[in-house]
Amino acid sequence: MNALLLAAENTVSGNIGAIGYGLAALGPGIGLGIIFGQGVQAIARQPEMTNVIRQNMLLGFAVTEALALIGFVVPFVHS
Amino acid sequence: MSAPHILAAESGGEFHAPGVELFDWGPLFPGGPAWLEWLTKPVLVVLLSVIIVCAFAWAAFRKPKLVPRGAQNVGEVAYLFVREQIARPALGKDSDRWMPFLFATFAFILVMNLMGVVPVLQLPGPSHIAFAIVLAAVVYVMMIFLGIKHQGLVGYFKNIMFPPGLPKLLYVVLAPIEFLSTIILRPFTHSVRLFANMFAGHILLAFFATVGYWFLIEKLTPAGFGVGVVGLLMTIIMTGFEMFIQALQAFIFTVLAASYIAGSLHAEH
Repeated sequence: MNALLLAAENTVSGNIGAIGYGLAALGPGIGLGIIFGQGVQAIARQPEMTNVIRQNMLLGFAVTEALALIGFVVPFVHS
Repeated sequence: MSAPHILAAESGGEFHAPGVELFDWGPLFPGGPAWLEWLTKPVLVVLLSVIIVCAFAWAAFRKPKLVPRGAQNVGEVAYLFVREQIARPALGKDSDRWMPFLFATFAFILVMNLMGVVPVLQLPGPSHIAFAIVLAAVVYVMMIFLGIKHQGLVGYFKNIMFPPGLPKLLYVVLAPIEFLSTIILRPFTHSVRLFANMFAGHILLAFFATVGYWFLIEKLTPAGFGVGVVGLLMTIIMTGFEMFIQALQAFIFTVLAASYIAGSLHAEH
């Protein structure tokens, strides 16, 4: 068991920025799921409002994805 | 320890996943004349897409006929798509005035992105952030200029930061957030979204292609054969998926440009 841990310590290498991005992607992932899920539901309930709904859906998508994109860029900036 | 690592270790030599060095391109003609040093592969890709878009628009709309033939058919379908799906929902009756800009932006970004799956070239233009920044900066400067022109300097920022019809106390929280998201985050996300999708997609494709090449051709072992086949299949599937993502990113970029312009032309609410 101890030897296994030591072996893992010696071989696992990488950038901690990858883990950071994984964490940063959690929130926007949930947010995007909510936005598009509710958006599709709204379109299904009122198909005649499709254009307005899609417009607002994409605007909300743009704001939510900002967090994931910042998480993507920060490791490059700090490396 | 990842699976490819173990499998490759049997026959000596290690598998190296491709990284950021995929995007480092020197001059196209090393040792050529000094005035040609600016010509690298990304520049070549963007120049080619400019030429393709211009040639296509020339062929399609130079002499429009009442009954369209050839390239004009494709051109009209593309134009109608941009007008009905992108311009009309955002800009309404102003859409015809903005169609040249929106159509050119959409076509240019689409062709530039699709260069990522064209054999031999295989490098999406916006995978270098400079090209994405320029495109987003054009939209950003236009947005601010139009907003100040149509709503006045004070009115524009007042409409951004203090949308009417909310309780007074809420503005303390809302005004900084709205300012931040509109003035600072908008150009950032607009450019980085395009860049990050192309960048990540290109690395993904390169990774699976390298896995397939390494395990099937370079170091063919009985244990690694399965991994190589999976890599090859994933390359084919991911190429299709990338084409979808590339078209989607061109669409989203243009939709957001249209709605930013619309927000500057008329105050919301």
